[in-house]
Parts: sequence; C-alpha cells; structure tokens
Amino acid sequence: MTLPSGSGVRFDATALGVFAFFFVLVTVLGFFAARWRRGDLSQLHEWGLGGRRFGAFVTWFLLGGDLYTAYTLIAVPALVYAIGAYGFFAMPYTVFVYPIVFLTMPRLWNACRKHGWITSADFVEGRYGSRGLALAVAVTGVLATMPYIALQLVGLEKVFEAMGLGALGVGRETPLIVAFVILALYTYSSGLRAPALIAFVKDAMLYITVIAAVVIIPIKLGGYGAVFDAAEKAFAAKGGDTGVLLKPDQYWSFATLALGSAFALFLYPHATTATLSADGPQTIRRNAVWLPAYSIMLGLVALLGYMALAAHVDVKDGSMAVPALINASFPPWFAGFCFAAIALGALVPAAIMSIGAANLFTRNIWRPYVNNQLSNAQESRIAKNISLLVKFGALLAVLYLPTKFAIDLQLLGGIWMLQIFPAVICGLYTRWLRASALLLGWLAGMVLGSALAWQQGLKPVYTFVFGDAHYGIYIGLLALAVNFAVSILATPIAAKLKRESQPDRTQALDYQDAAAG
Amino acid sequence: MGRLRRFLPVLLLIPFIALLWVPFYNRTQPMLAGFPFFYVWQFAWVVLAALLTWVVHRGWRA
Repeated sequence: MTLPSGSGVRFDATALGVFAFFFVLVTVLGFFAARWRRGDLSQLHEWGLGGRRFGAFVTWFLLGGDLYTAYTLIAVPALVYAIGAYGFFAMPYTVFVYPIVFLTMPRLWNACRKHGWITSADFVEGRYGSRGLALAVAVTGVLATMPYIALQLVGLEKVFEAMGLGALGVGRETPLIVAFVILALYTYSSGLRAPALIAFVKDAMLYITVIAAVVIIPIKLGGYGAVFDAAEKAFAAKGGDTGVLLKPDQYWSFATLALGSAFALFLYPHATTATLSADGPQTIRRNAVWLPAYSIMLGLVALLGYMALAAHVDVKDGSMAVPALINASFPPWFAGFCFAAIALGALVPAAIMSIGAANLFTRNIWRPYVNNQLSNAQESRIAKNISLLVKFGALLAVLYLPTKFAIDLQLLGGIWMLQIFPAVICGLYTRWLRASALLLGWLAGMVLGSALAWQQGLKPVYTFVFGDAHYGIYIGLLALAVNFAVSILATPIAAKLKRESQPDRTQALDYQDAAAG
Repeated sequence: MGRLRRFLPVLLLIPFIALLWVPFYNRTQPMLAGFPFFYVWQFAWVVLAALLTWVVHRGWRA
C-alpha cells in the first residue's frame, strides 16, 4: 500500500482538539508541580535541583524526557531520511553514554552533595580553587545550551506547521509565543519539579506513539524487509554517500561522531542538572542500567526515516519527514496525540535546559563577579529570572534569525561542551592537571574546534586524506585531543612558575558513596 | 574473587570495541526479521551494554 504524498500538512479540528487537551493538561500539571514533594522554592537547590530527592523511578523519566528531545525525534529521522545509515550514529552514541555515566556521575554526585554544589562549575571551583576555570566551565555551558533550547522551539514549530495552523491565519509566531510563555511561567514558579512531573506524561505518550508507529506503519508498507528495500531503492536513485549501509569513507566519521557526542552529553548543563537532582549515587547507577530502554526507542524512531521513504513521503525539508509520515499514516485524533507527544518532547528539555543554564549563570557568573553577598532567597530569585531571560532569548532567536543559525550554533555547542571534559571528568579522579594548564587547554580546544568547524563550512567532521584513503574525524574529538595535549604539557610549566596550587576543598572520601543512606 | 571484582568495570569496554569496529558490522547478511545485520547488531548492543552495566552494578565493590 502506498500512502498519499504531498506537503505533509493536514489541518483537522479533531487533531487540534486532542493536541490542545494534552497541552492544557500539562500546563495544569506544571503549575501543580510546585506543591509536589513540597520544598522551600526560595532555595536554589530546591528550585533548581528539586531538593535532590528524585528516586530511581522519577529520575528515569526525568533523564529520559531530558535527553531524548523533540529535536532528536525530528532531526535523527530527518538525517536518516536524507542520507540513510550515517544518521544511525545516534545508536552507538547512546550505547556509549551509559557506561560513561555509570562510572563518572556517581562520583560527581557524591562530591556535589557533600559540599552543597549544584553545577559542574561549582565542583571545578572547589576542586581546583580556580574561579577562572569555573568561569570557563560556566560560560561554555551557557553558550552551548542557548542554541539547544532554540532547536527545541524549531521542533515545536514543525509540529505546528504539520497541523496546518497556517490555515487558521495565526501565522507561525503566535503558537510558539503562547507555548513558550506558558512554559516560562510554570518553570518560573515550580522549578525542576515541573519538567519532572510533566516528563511522566511526555514519556508515556512518546512510548505509545513510537510503538504504534513502528508496528502499524510497517504493516501498511509490507513489513520491515519491504521498508529497507524501498529505502535502498530511493537512495540508489539519489546517489552520493547515501544508503542503508555505510560507505567505507564514512566509517571513521560515524565512529568518532558517536564517541565524541557520548563524551559530551553529560557535560551539558541540562544533563548535569537532572543527574544531580537524583537522591543518591545508586539511583544514578540504576538509571545507567535502565535508561537504554530509551535508546531502543530512539533506534525505532530513526527507522521512521526509512518508513517515510518507503511511504513515498516527499518533503523538501527533512525535518518534516516524521510529521508528514504521521499525518499520512494515522487518523486525525491519533495524529494529534503524536504531535502533542513531540511538542511535550520540546517543552520538558527546554525547561530543564533553561534551569541548568540559570543555575550556572547565577552560581558561577553572577555570584562571584557581580554580587558575592547574595542571600539564598536572592540567589534563587535571580536564577528564576535568568531562566526566563534564557528562554526569551531562544524565542527571539527562532523568530528573527534563520533556523540554520541555531543548527550551526548547536553543532558548535557540542564541540565546545567537550572542551570541559578534562577539567570536570578528569578532575573527578585526579588533581594532577593544574588549573591554569586546564584553562589554556580549554582555550586551545575552543579556538581550534570553532576554527576547524568554520573552515569546513560548519560541518562537524574534518577529513584527513592519505593517498586514496579518507579519514573523517569529529572535530570535537580533534579539539579535545589538542586540549589534553596542551593541559598535560603546560602542567609541569605551571607547577614551576607557581609552586603551590590553590587548596582543594574535596577529599578522597567525598567521591565515595556514604556508608549508609 | 574479591580481587577480581575490582576489575569488573573493564567489562564496560566491550560495547565500545563492538560498536567502534564499524567495518565488522556494516553488512546486510545475516538478516533478522527483515533487518540488515548493521541494524540487528546495533540494537543488540543497546541491550547487551545494559546487561553488562547491570552485571558490573551488581558485582562491583571498588
């Protein structure tokens, strides 16, 4: 059976009604969340970390809702729709992430809990006694998060577009502004509790959407064998470096993109924030075991790209592939349900990202450089306002700048985020590297990474050519290698110039699990 | 057994080797339920990596 093709846009009152129902439900939940596991929201660790009281179950939903964003749900299948197997680097990426989380994040949680720290920059400052290095970590996090929030809005925009809101004559701005104002208000009033509570609804809806899609659509299309065959034919007609298998030239870029992205993920402020809000190191370890359930879902979502090809969904913009496939395959009421799931997939991470960025800005930029006499209540109030500002900035960026701008910045953001790896992750194990050396390495990595990406026309991969062989390497990893080299080489020099380093406020025991409870 | 347990986290290297060795699994055959091997292998490792993490979680006393 073939599905109808076209622009992928369908206006339907039922779909819109179902969508609106879930949106209102979630808004109510968002405001109600302030009362959930009630805490004093005028304390930053209550507003911005949910009081560090989330158990394994809540953390699983929160992290799942946080990491598998609307942008992922749209961009990964879009890449698979456009070029095929290469887009599947997201699978090894999510496989690599959890062993890394299992080993490193419990140590970060222990040290941060012991000292009342709420950001990775807090940890770096305590560990190395260096405000400069902490500032570098904080600035990197805020810079990388802004475009990521903007991309969640782009995901939201695609959903509105597919529902044919244009036909209502409301333009593209109004629904986005309404959605974001609501999001901003409940994040302001409830903090991290809002996305944590909404994540339950979002993840449940997303699992229903994905399971329905990967069962029903292939049946209509004649089974998975037929889907892969049809995709292969579509790529053969298209030519170039596309196909349901990788071309040998793509091996290195596929592997290094997966590895580099995995190293970067938990350095992002939204991932750190959700991790630190867990109630203990065992909760984090248990989640490293159970979060891969979402990776299975991500792999299935990626396959939607092939299903769109097999169903002859013909869209110019790859990001419309999944919304168009949903419109072509499902009755309006269920399409509305699916679109609501994707839209919530934008709102949950956007809330956590803005909270993560606000925590960093308040603790590690505002407090040390603007006003170091902040009371706890003032600190929490500034963070709330910053979270508003961050979201408003992202909204303006999406409304008034080309989408490509946010996509390019997000790409650079991943490269930047990797550059705090030596300071944060190595810092969890050793203090051998000196703060000034790490700072120099960070600077080298940031400059080299940005310059290489720029020189490649804002592509993530740099290709080395040896004779006939091409080796594409993820620029983030190249920059990280240089970062490490500089940090290691500069450490003995820094030690010579300044014999005593700043005091370390942590002890070896701070990184271990507490004996009881 | 007690001394061996310290080295249990080494198990977590296996998924990295399995998935970074791209030429090994970039093939169509053997297929499973219509899925080329490239996809079967990647889905399998999501599950296997989680299992290994679970084993390390249960057994590891640092």
